[in-house]
Parts: sequence; C-alpha cells; structure tokens
Amino acid sequence: MKRTNIDESILSPHISSPAELEVLSEKIRKLKAPSTKTVRVCGGPGCTAKGSLEIYALFIKAAEKLPEDIKIDNKCVGCHGLCERGPIVIIGSGDANGEIFYQQVEEPDVAEIFRETVLGGRIVERLLYEDSTTGKKVKSSEEIPFYKTQERIALTQNGIIDPTSINDYIAVGGYSALVKALTTMNPEDIIDEVIKSELRGRGGGGFPTGRKWRSCRDAEGDQKYVICNGDEGDPGAFMDRAVMEGNPHSIIEGMVIGAYAIGASQGFIYVRNEYPLSVERLGAAIEQARETGFLGRNIMESSFSFDIRINRGGGAFVCGESTALMASLEGRVGEPRAKYVHTVEHGLHDQPTNLNNVETWANIPSIINKGGEWFSSIGTEGSKGTKVFCLVGKIKNTGLVEIPMGMTLRQIIYDIGGGVKNDKAFKAVQTGGPSGGCIPEQFLDTPVGFDELTRLGSMMGSGGMIVMDEDTCMVNIAKYFLNFLKGESCGKCTPCREGIPQMLHILERITKGEGEDDDLEKLEVLGTLLSEASLCALGKTAANPVLSTIKYFRKEYEEHIYHQRCPAKECRGLFFYEILPEACKGCGICLKNCPVDAISGEKKEPHLIDQEICTKCGICFEKCPFGAIEKV
Amino acid sequence: MKEGIIKEIVNRYNNDDGMLIPMLQDIQAEYGYLPPEQLRVLSKTLDIPLMRIYSISTFYASFRHAPKGQHDITLCMGTVCYLKGSKQISDMICEEYNIEPGNTTSDRLFTLNAVNCVGACAVAPVMIVDRKYYGNMTPESALEIIHKLNLTIEAGDAGKSQKSQ
Repeated sequence: MKRTNIDESILSPHISSPAELEVLSEKIRKLKAPSTKTVRVCGGPGCTAKGSLEIYALFIKAAEKLPEDIKIDNKCVGCHGLCERGPIVIIGSGDANGEIFYQQVEEPDVAEIFRETVLGGRIVERLLYEDSTTGKKVKSSEEIPFYKTQERIALTQNGIIDPTSINDYIAVGGYSALVKALTTMNPEDIIDEVIKSELRGRGGGGFPTGRKWRSCRDAEGDQKYVICNGDEGDPGAFMDRAVMEGNPHSIIEGMVIGAYAIGASQGFIYVRNEYPLSVERLGAAIEQARETGFLGRNIMESSFSFDIRINRGGGAFVCGESTALMASLEGRVGEPRAKYVHTVEHGLHDQPTNLNNVETWANIPSIINKGGEWFSSIGTEGSKGTKVFCLVGKIKNTGLVEIPMGMTLRQIIYDIGGGVKNDKAFKAVQTGGPSGGCIPEQFLDTPVGFDELTRLGSMMGSGGMIVMDEDTCMVNIAKYFLNFLKGESCGKCTPCREGIPQMLHILERITKGEGEDDDLEKLEVLGTLLSEASLCALGKTAANPVLSTIKYFRKEYEEHIYHQRCPAKECRGLFFYEILPEACKGCGICLKNCPVDAISGEKKEPHLIDQEICTKCGICFEKCPFGAIEKV
Repeated sequence: MKEGIIKEIVNRYNNDDGMLIPMLQDIQAEYGYLPPEQLRVLSKTLDIPLMRIYSISTFYASFRHAPKGQHDITLCMGTVCYLKGSKQISDMICEEYNIEPGNTTSDRLFTLNAVNCVGACAVAPVMIVDRKYYGNMTPESALEIIHKLNLTIEAGDAGKSQKSQ
C-alpha cells in the first residue's frame, strides 16, 4: 500500500539502545509538522467490503494534485470497530480535539470531504454519526456511545497507525517494550511481570500466560519454540484478523519479548488459510522488523537471536487446538494428541514449545511498558485486563469492541451494541464459537469473565458474541453448530467422530417434526459422554450448544417434539402460512407462483391458502409484495 | 506441464518433508489444484509414500484435487452469515447452476466454495468473488453478481470481476 508525502526512507537500521529508539521515534514524529492533516480510511474487512479501498485511492489521488507545501498523511488503517457504519474515514489535524469521524462515506463524498474538511477545516454535517437516542450529531469517536465505554489495550493503535509501516508503529511508542525488556530486564523479571499481570490465554482456554512461560522456560530442551496461534476458526469471530491486519508489529513485539523470556530461538505464526491479507501484512512486518534489528541474529546487538516464520493453515478448524496445530506445523494431519504430555515440555518436534493466541501476544508490550500491576488493576477477580469481542448477529452496532473484563453482557449488547436490530425481542447471545453455549436473557447481567461464562454452560472462547433474536430457532442453531463440528471433527477419537453425527441425526429429526419422547434424554446422555470421553477440546465442548439450549430453551425443544411446532417459525413444515385479509390486495402473485395450487381467490379480493394442499414451501411468503402473508 | 517445478518447490523448503503443507500450497498456487502426476513426482522427490501426501491433501479442506473454474466464488457459511440467510444463497446458486458446494460448473465458469468463516461478519452474509468482498448479500443480489461473470466471460474478459456496490 502506497502512502503519500511523508518520507518513508528514514529507517535507521539496527536499534541497539532505548536512546536510539527514542531518537528515531522523535525523528518520525517531527517529520509531520503540526499542521499536517491525517486522513485515516478504515481498511478493515467490513469497510473493505463496502468499498473503502476505492475511497482510499480517491483520497490519494486528491492529495497528489496539491502544491508541495501542503502535506497530507493518507493512511489505510486497521479495523476501527464500528463496522456497521462503514466505510469510516477519520480526519485528524495534529491535535487530538481536531478529530472528525465520518461514517458511511461513499465515493462521491470524497471530493467534498477533501475540499471542506481536509483543506477548509469545515465539517460535512451529513456524514457525522447521529446519536439515535438524542438525535444529536457528534464530531469525534469519543462522543459515540459505541466507543465511550470501551477500553483499549490490544487494539490501542488499531485504526490509528498504518499497519504497513514500522515507522508509524515506532512513532506511537512501538517496540519500546522490547527495548525495555532486552536492555533493562532479565528473562525472569519479564516472566514475573507477566505472572503479576494475571493475563490469561485469549484463545479460549484461559490458561495463565505467565505460568505457561515459566514452565516452558524451566523445561529442558536444546531448542525451544514460541508459536502464535492465528488460526482463528470460530465462525463469527474476527478479532485476531483485525490485529494481524491492523497492527501486526504488536504481535511480533510480544513474540520477541516472549521468546527472550523463555529462551526460544525460533517462532511461528500459524495463520488461517482464509486470511490472505493477514499473511501479507505479517510477512511485510517481519521483513521490516528484521531490517530494523528487532528480529534475526543478535537482536539489538545482544547475544539473543530469534526469527519468525509464517505458516498458512490448511483450512481445518481443529488446527486451532494447540497439539493439532503443532502436528500441522510438522507437516502431518492436524490430529490432536492427549494433553497429559504438556506441550511446554514436549511440543513442536518434541521440544519445549510455548503457544499463545494473537490477542495474548498483542497484550504483552503494554504489560511490559506499564507493568503487570497496572494490567491486573483492570477486570475482575479471576479475569484481568480487557478482552476483544466481535459483536455480531442480530444487533444494531455490529463490530469489534474491546472492553474491560467484568462488564456485563447487557452493557455490551445494549450500551455498546445499541440493542437488537429492528427492535425485535432479544432471545440469546452465543459466545465461545461453535463449542460455546447460548445464554438467555435472565443471565444478561452476568459480568464477562472466563469462569463466569463457563458456569453458564458457555465459554469465553476467542471472543465471538453472536446475538440472536426471537426469529432464531434454538434447535436449528444447535443443529447448525453440530453440523459444523461434524465436518470439522478430525476423526481420531470415537466419541467425537461417532457421537456428533448421532446427536445431529436426532436434531435433524426434531427439526422435521419427527422427534421422539426420549430424544432430549438421549441428547443429554450423548452430550455428557462426549464431554467426558473425547480426546481434545473440540469433542469435549462439542455438546455445549445442544446442552445449553436444552437447559435454557427446553420448552422450544418440547414444542418441536410433542406439538410439531417451531415457535420461532424457522423450521420448515412446523408452522403454517396464512394470508392476512386486511393486507391482501388480491394481486394474484402468490396464486400464480404457488407450485401446488393451494391458493385461491378472486382478483382484488383477499386470497386464501388451503392448508390441506399447502406444502409450506414458503414461495408465497417470499413473493408477496405487500407482506400480507404471515407465518403462524 | 512444467518440468522441474516440483524440484524447485521442494528446494524452496530445503527438502524438509515437515514442510509438506507449504509445498502442497505452492503446488496448488501454481496449478490451481493438486494434479495427481505432480503429487507422484513430489512423492519420489521427497522419498515419502504417496499415501502420506494424500492423507494430508484430503484432510485439509483448502486442497483441491480437481481443476478450478475461471472464477473463484467463496460463500461464507459462518454462524452470522448462516443466521442472516447464507444457506438460502447457497441453495439458490446450487439450484441455478446445478452444482454442489465445492464443485465447479460444467462450463468451468466458476468454482463454488463454502467456507466456515471469512471474518467479515459485520457485513454478513458475505460472498467473495476473485478476492473481492461483497457484503449484505441476498440470494438475488448474489445471483446478479454471478450473472455478470457470465457476461465478462462472453466478452472475452475472463478473470476480472465486476464491482457492483
């Protein structure tokens, strides 16, 4: 990605002391005169899908036509979070309060923004965010409710820096934690600091990171490895993608610090196959870090050498499991192995290996800079710091949020997320990916934390938070997750390989109205068996979506089984279609389209569906231009 | 068929059979799929059983064993996309072109891949055509985009996708 105007050729290779880094950081900042305007176009996946890259290109083109003395810093930045209102463009002018947040920007708006705001310093009112409760237009992101209660650590620089430029990262204090660690701390100090922070693994397991590091440091082995797990397989989750694409250097910095503390000389970043841009960004960042002397032989002219290689995943969900991931790195099929042999002692190539998730690594630089105590002052008793969530599904403000642990689900969904879309009734929030559970309304005041969510029969997982409304059938959603897991089970252990298809078979019957009296009992027995007898976390947690929905939405299952009815009106055949006489205009479209001639009626008179003939195919419902057909 | 390409790829990874997955990814990048004859060459070059290569190439969902179509259509079937109707989109495309997810149309116009999640949940349902993302799809708008692919091919302009938003 090309940038304009700001000189990029100022890399001073091989930083070897804190002073040198400070000098460079100062130099980069000085290059930007206080009058320099910055144009930050969001290049996150949501905004990109809405055409933000084209908008970015237009800003570059506009800046090219300016006289030389006007400097504009155009950046394509990582995800801003409020994907719902994308594409997002932020115009900054040196000082913090001069920041203007534009949302839902389209290509024709660029010329106006450029003329009015960038050059003229005036605001384009209609592109500002409007607070839906007060009806007031707000200028900066801090005034938007979505951002107000968030607290950013892992995402601090996301959306501010250009992810393709190490200079941008250094200018905001990047790599200062690495320099501090290498020049003023010994490995034990670093591990102590991480233990003090009480940081727990952000990939879902929630294992204390510092303890993992210590075990790996203490383990015997000639060669030790660190791995970054970027195999973000949970559908409905894109936090790690946002960090890998929005701030790749933060991950690299965390990994180098970790490798130094543990005594590892080789690192791996395992990135999902579906994220080609992440691979590209990380690859470029690794290259820049090598040039600056933060990676490679004798880092910062010390005796410590460490390098990172990127591996692309092969498209297997199970490879998010640590032992399966390591098998994949060794060029084998991604089958997990029993965990009684710890990977910190016998991991990749049978050597001590420390694996952490993307977000965990991205938290490390802040912990080193600000101290473990600072980090542990945020959050709850058992869960410290912040967590990034993807707030998606049937919610008003979809997007990426980072909140302090301990905030309640209700605050996240209503205060930040703005509540359920189209003002439908809230039904459940699904956390933890396919192996998580569905949490109903009565538990919305639960504070978010590892243990709290597990107690509800769900889990933290990597941070997907999918909101479901009254139109979502819980039996059908459980079926969806099992179908997903059936396809992703590696097949190594029998409970998972055979148990999931059995449970899926039962659920399929239920959603067709062919449920049997003891189905719920069978599902519970099978689910318990799976969780007790499976080899890895995929199988152990596979029954969660079923067990949690049976626990909280038992009535809905019973309606399907005993009355052949789907209360959410989603399972075909388990509800009827009826024509609302007062809304029907008698246009005859439904009558013409009905494949079984179940609809009758005179032109301009309300029509009628003969329920005896109707096959409940739903074509009339989709075709009716007046919304006169109702599901009952 | 290019001679020596397998040798070059194997050399890229210092003959290390632990790097089998990246090697297969490189072969796929070269041909668009894994041609059986090239896999036999790979097995000989690395001196490992062909069965081991197949056990890997059939385990990981991203490897293909049949040639691809001219265009790549990836439909996200992640939870959010599913909630918002990606199944209906998939059904509609499959019905219109008489294919199954994972298949290529008989005229090799496109390959339809159904994947678990592309990480763009905020604009679900998502369809990716030749690396370009299209958000908030409906069965109708998805088909409209695919129909345009038809036209570009007929105009002799294969490989380029049309921007529609």
